[in-house]
This record gives sequence, structure tokens and C-alpha cells, in this order.
Amino acid sequence: MSTIAMGHAGTEAAPAEKKGLWSWITTVDHKRIGILYGVTAFLFFLIGGLEALLIRWQLGAPDKTFLSPEAYNQLFTMHGTTMIFLGVMPLSAMFFNYFIPLQIGARDVAFPRLNAYSYWVFLFGGLVLNASFLFNAAPDMGWFAYANLTSKQFSPGLNVDFWIIGLQILGIASLAAAVNFFVTIINLRAPGMKMMRMPMFVWMSLITQVLLLLAFPIITVALVLLMLDRNFGTHFFVPSGGGDPVLWQHLFWLFGHPEVYILILPAFGVVSEILPVFSRKPLFGYAAMVFSGCFIAFLGFGVWSHHMFSTGMGPMADTVFSLGTMLIAIPTGVKIFNWIGTVWGGSIQYKTPMYFALGFVAMFIIGGLSGVMHASPPADLQQTDSYFIVAHFHYVLFGGSIFALTAGAYYWFPKMTGRMLSESLGKVHFWLMFLGFNLTFAPMHILGLNGMPRRVYTYSAGMGFEFWNAIETAGSLVLGFSFLVFIWNILRSLKAGEVAPADPWHGATLEWSIPSPPQEWNFAVEPTVDGRDPLWEERRAKGGTLPEPERVSGAGIHLPSPSYWPIVTAFGTAMTLVGFLMHVTLWVILAGLAITMLGIFSWAFEPADH
Amino acid sequence: MAHDTAHAMHPPTATGLDTRKLAIWTFIGSECLFFATLISNYLVYKGQSLVGPLPHETSQCMLHGQMATCEPIFEIPLVTFGTAVLLFSSFFVVLALNGAQKGNRKQLIGWLSATVLCGLFFVGMQVYEFYHFFHKGLGYTTNLFGSSFYTLTGFHGTHVTLGVIWLATVLVLAIRGKLPPEKALNLEIAALYWHFVDVVWIVIFPVVYLMR
Amino acid sequence: MDAQVATHEHAHPGPALYLKVAVILFVMTALEVLAFEVSHRSGWPMHGLVQPLLNEILIILSAAKFALVAMFYMHLKQDSKIFSGLLVFPLIIAAVVILALLLLFAYLRAQHPGM
Repeated sequence: MSTIAMGHAGTEAAPAEKKGLWSWITTVDHKRIGILYGVTAFLFFLIGGLEALLIRWQLGAPDKTFLSPEAYNQLFTMHGTTMIFLGVMPLSAMFFNYFIPLQIGARDVAFPRLNAYSYWVFLFGGLVLNASFLFNAAPDMGWFAYANLTSKQFSPGLNVDFWIIGLQILGIASLAAAVNFFVTIINLRAPGMKMMRMPMFVWMSLITQVLLLLAFPIITVALVLLMLDRNFGTHFFVPSGGGDPVLWQHLFWLFGHPEVYILILPAFGVVSEILPVFSRKPLFGYAAMVFSGCFIAFLGFGVWSHHMFSTGMGPMADTVFSLGTMLIAIPTGVKIFNWIGTVWGGSIQYKTPMYFALGFVAMFIIGGLSGVMHASPPADLQQTDSYFIVAHFHYVLFGGSIFALTAGAYYWFPKMTGRMLSESLGKVHFWLMFLGFNLTFAPMHILGLNGMPRRVYTYSAGMGFEFWNAIETAGSLVLGFSFLVFIWNILRSLKAGEVAPADPWHGATLEWSIPSPPQEWNFAVEPTVDGRDPLWEERRAKGGTLPEPERVSGAGIHLPSPSYWPIVTAFGTAMTLVGFLMHVTLWVILAGLAITMLGIFSWAFEPADH
Repeated sequence: MAHDTAHAMHPPTATGLDTRKLAIWTFIGSECLFFATLISNYLVYKGQSLVGPLPHETSQCMLHGQMATCEPIFEIPLVTFGTAVLLFSSFFVVLALNGAQKGNRKQLIGWLSATVLCGLFFVGMQVYEFYHFFHKGLGYTTNLFGSSFYTLTGFHGTHVTLGVIWLATVLVLAIRGKLPPEKALNLEIAALYWHFVDVVWIVIFPVVYLMR
Repeated sequence: MDAQVATHEHAHPGPALYLKVAVILFVMTALEVLAFEVSHRSGWPMHGLVQPLLNEILIILSAAKFALVAMFYMHLKQDSKIFSGLLVFPLIIAAVVILALLLLFAYLRAQHPGM
């Protein structure tokens, strides 16, 4: 049997335990790559969080001079860009990497080396973006980089260029990974795992990959056009040459709105795994969940202009985009209804992952409702560019994505490390995070409706903004502290946590049928599936308990060989693009292209034919 | 390209489809949006140029530092010839694939060489066209038409160039006898990419060169 | 989706069919250019008919050529439906994007002449 589609040189002997830095650099094991994604993304997430705390400190009292306006602009731009592209997306990618193959019963992803390539490109992209700080030229025009703030005339420095190149590199990583996961899910499912038997996390991941595949090419082109405007003298977004800055907004949000669903759909998937397991009930309305996910993704391509009501698109366009946006509330409502239906009447286990998952449902409802409010253009014209918007998207991105991803971290940590996280520290983490989050972001609704604009580095005393801003800053400190508890919990568990069994939560999906952490080949015997909750069905058939799976030697199992060509090719890719940072640095581009070509050819002809 | 499963024993995938073929189709789907955005950019700015030269009309433009009357830019016969060559290259590559699958080396190598030559000719045509247009007064930054035209067709040309490199690599394999029928998929995947580059041109040619 | 059997094992259609397709593609390309020329020369026959319909004629011919290459040269006609879906779904989104942007900008410019 072989579940590896891209079979590479295998070894007949039992594979030796792989250790050391080199083994991580050359790894093509989806589980290790998942851990690399997770650790890297969490570090970037902490940097993004630190940026947020600096912003909050500056706004804690009126007329503060803690940050200069320039530094403030850089911090809010980098906070947004980091959290979206280097935090939430790669944290989702950690779960894609680690759990898509395990949940569909595969040995690895479809293209293990391409998977490694994606990770390294992502890492280099994140480093390039953050390297801007070293040149005191961090992007400073907001994460959606509206023209003509970005034109050479108004942003002569390298700030915008770092943003363009950084995002371009990250886009390549996302696209390569999306092709890989899409093919993996379609093609590497274990026998019997029909599409409508896939775990909900796999379904939502699949839809996310489709969105990535269709949305990222749009931002790629938009970034190219912006680069051409800045460094090559074109006028795509420059009115003096006939260009239209509004086209940038259209192209950006054509990508940006699907991007919102790229950030939230994996979270939907994670929560749809956790709620059934800790309610001891199958997911309510499985098919409705699948189809509402597809519907959300499809509609997601037709509503981008609701980010642009204030550009004055005219009543016709406003109406169409407003209606489309309100329509999305229906499938989203279906999902929330089904999550509640799953928990309803269940035998609820109050474990930490369940706390975070329930927290997600509650917070996401609040964020969703405020979203429906500014789907209406007249309301939006009042709310746009105010703190009300900041409150809204933090309720969906933090209250939504981050709560769900944290739930996923508590849920899957035992599988990934073989250790349990502390339940008591986990609950302390939850209550601090829940409290800190709401203290930080709930008052922003009030401030926004009272007229506090977003992206201003300070405000004067006597405008009525002092009290709630002080509360928010205090809340953000609590929020930051809650993550220290989380880090402490992780470190403590890695060192001396309780040893995790294969299936600590009585899970329903295939990843719980193998030892924790899984062995390199995942499944010693390819599983066969004949239902949506295979483990529950097996447990029922065998009278309640399943034996602890044994660790096996793995002799004779073919595994893809480690390779250093992915990191070489990734380096070449990043280098080529960095060559466009300052107009054209020809030798960097040529060297980058040469390395990339060398990498691709060596990779393609790597002796894998035995 | 290295691949250890013989054609006879397909990897047991859930759909029965080859994993690499599924990947190239996924990639092609994604590329549709790449070109759609470039075409949108061209069309949105159609007729918005502040100065000439223009695609089909004589116009006022700057030539050698002074205002002059510029001729229409497009030379339809030249680009029609290039279009036909690219279309035929698609025909040639299916013949080459047919040869590869039947194990007919002569058919494989002959038609694949013809495909590569056609691709090279098309790139050459485009380079000549750009050079010619430049001398007629259409620089890269002259006006929105020039910028969006060169960007769209330039990216297409880059795709053609990559396709030529890919097909040439497969051709070298074929000449060295490393493309037996059970490995014809290596050519099929490259050919799918090549056809895609061709269909993109099937859209670009009328939309950019012929439409009003 | 699982019920899909490996359909790409079918024998691909032979060179005779490929040649037929190539000839049709060539003729259609010639028709495109002919339509263009006719619409630009007021003295030519059918000028009055073709001139106002040039864009429509070109879109139809181009779509037909696209479909021919995809169906026969890219083997979508006998290959798995999954592959067709992977091309058609993005094409729908792509068409919607292009059309929407053109409509939005036409509408905007009609409202604000001189922009």
C-alpha cells in the first residue's frame, strides 16, 4: 500500500529518528512543517501584539507623545499586515499542514517538497516585511494601502516598497500551499472517505484553498501595478496621468473581501470539530454546514465594494453590494444556528477547548451583527473610518479567528506534542483573554459612534474620548497578559505536562486513532472509513473503548526523502523579488532567478527514481 | 518531474486522477484570475489615455520631444501571423503528446521541436512588435494604453517564455530517450500549461487588438 | 466525486480530429480579422451589418475558439469532470470580475462626466 502520491526514494529499513537543525531545514514531513508554521506564526503574532500594545499605550490618555505620528502610522500598518498575513493565515496553515493529512487518513500532503517550499517562502516574506523596521521604513499607509497615499509623490521612502515586496513573496507561499492542500484533499482521502464524509475542518479548509487560489492572483496583479506606478513611471493609480485611484480600491477589495473569509473559514472548521466532541453529539446539520460554507465563499466574491461605499459609487452599485452583503448573513446565520444546535442537549464537557469554542460563537455573533449594520450604505457612511469599524473587525478577527485558533491549539496540542496542557491554566487564560478582549474592543463601538476616527495618533482632552480609551488600554494589557499565561502553559507542558494518550478527548476523527505525537508515517495501516465520525462508530461497534494504538517500527513504509532544494528555491524566489525593492537591482534579480532555476531543476530531477 | 509510479500502476488516489495533473489544472484555474485582472485593467483604461498614440486611431502625441501626429499603433497582419503560429503550436503539441503516448519517438520529437520553435517565434514576434511600437512613439509610460498594453501582453509573453523553457526541457528528455509512453504524463502536464497560454492569447488577441 | 472512475485512460482522439480542430481554429481566426477589416472599411460588403456588432462577433468567435482548445486539445471532453470544473468555475468568477469592473467604471464615468 502506498498513500503517498508523489512517492520519492523510500528506505526499506526502519527510518531512524530524525534530529537536529539540518533535519528541520530539509524536512518534508507535513507535521514538522506544520510545527514550523505554528512556531513562526506565533512569534510574528507576538510581534503584531506588541505593536498593538504600543498603539494602545499611545492612545491610553489624550495628547500623549509616547509615539510620534510617523511611528504610529508604521505601527498600525504593520499591526494589521502582520496579524493578517503573518499571524492568522499561517496559524491556520499550521492546522492545515498538521491535520488535513491526518483527518483524511493520508501519509503526507500531495507534494511534500512544495509544502516545505511554501513554508520557507512564507518565512522569507515575513522577514522581508519586518526588515523594513531596520531601515526605519516600515509600511505606514494602512494595511489596504489606498492610492494615492502610496504614490511616489506622497510616500517617497521605501516604506510602501517593503510592503509590496513582502506581500508579493507571501502571496507566492499562499498560492503554492493552496494548490497543494486543494489537491491533497481532493485526491489523498482514505478509502471510503467520500466528500460528504470529510471532517468539517477539512471541508472549510478546502473552501479556503479555493478562495486563496482565486483571490491571490488579483492582489498579485494589483501589487505589480502599484510597483510599476512607484518605480517605473506608469500612472495606473495616478490621476495626473489619467489613472484612477479607485481602481486600486476595487482590485484590493476584490482580493480583500475573500481574504476575510480566508481568515475566518478555517476558524469555522476548527470550532465545528470541537463543539461536537465536547458535546458528545455529531455536528448538527452537516450538509447545511458544507453548503453554507460554499455559499459564503461564492458570495464573498460579489460583495467587495461594501468596503468602498464612501467613494460614492452611486445608488445602483450601492444597492447591489448592500444586498449581496446582507445576503451573506443568511449562510452565516445557518452556521451559528447549527453550532448552537450541536451543543443543544449535548452532554457538555467543560474543557478548555470548549471554553474557547463557545467564546468564539458568542464573540463572532457580536462581530457579525455589527457587520450587518454597516452593510447598509447610510449607516456605513457614518461608521466608516471610525472606531466602530475597528471594533467590528476585531470582533470577527480576534473574537472569531483568534478565539477559534486558540481553541484549536488547546484541542490539538496533545496530538502534536504528546503532552496535555494544564486545564486550570487554560481556564485562567480563557477568562483573562475573554475579559481583556471585551474590555479592549467593546468600548470601541461607543467611541466610534461618538465620532472617534481610526488611524489618528492622538486626540485632545475634552472630546469625551478619555474614559473609554483608558479602559481599552487597560483591557489590552489584560489581553497581552493572557498570552503570557498561554506561553507559560505551553512551556510548562512541554517540559513536564501530563503524557497525552492517543485520544484524550474521545474524538471522532482519524487523527485520534494514532499515537500522540503521530509517527512519521502517520498511519501504519491505511485506514478505511465508512462514516462521518469514524472513531465514534468504531467505539460503538467495539463496546465503548478502543485499545491504545501501539508505536510500530515502520519498516518498509515508503516516505519522501528530505530535501534542501525547497529552501534553496524559496531563497531564490524571495531574492528575485527583493531585487525589485529599489527599482531594479539587476544582479540581485539575476542571481535570484539563477538560484530559483537551479532549485527547480535540481528538485525536478532529484534522484527519486531509486 | 521525477516520478516513480509507472503509468500501468496508478497511485491509488481517491478520485482515480493523477495528482500532478490535478495540480496543474488547479494552477490553471488560479491563473485565470491573474489574467482576468490584467485584462480588467486594460479594459477599464481603454479610451482613458490623455495623449496618443492610440491603438486604432491617429492621435496627437509627443514624438522626439515635440507634438506630432501619430499613426495608429497596431499592425494587424503581423500579430495575426503570430496568433496563427501560437494556435498551430497547440496543434503540434497534441501531436507530440499523441506520439509520446504511442511510443512513436519520431512523431514525439518532431512535433515537440516544432512546438518549441513556434513558441520561440511568437516571443520573437512580440519582441519585434514592442520594439516597433516603441519607435512609433508608444513608450511604456507614454499613456495608459501603453502601460496597460505592455503589462498585459508582457506578462503573457513571460508565460510563453516559461512554457518554451518547460517544453524544451521535456524535449531534451525525449531526445535522450527518457520519455517512454508510461511517462507521457510529463509531457501532458507541460502541454496543458502550453494550451492554457494559448487560450489566454485567444482572449487577448480579439479583446486587445480587434475590439472597438 | 468518488464514483469518478479514471477516465483519462480512454484513448485520446487521434491526429485526424486534431487537424480538423486546427483548421476550424484557423478559419475562425481569419473570420475575426475579416470582421475587424470589414468593420473598419465603409466601402466593403456587409459593413453596415458587421460594424455595430463587431465586439459581439469577436466575443462569440473567441469563446468558441477557447472552448475548442479546452475540449479537444486539453482533452476536457473525455477527461474527468473535475478538471472541467477547475477551469469553468474560475472562468465564471473571472468573467464576473471583468464585467463588474467595466460596469462599475462605466456607471461612475456616466455619473461624473470628465472623470
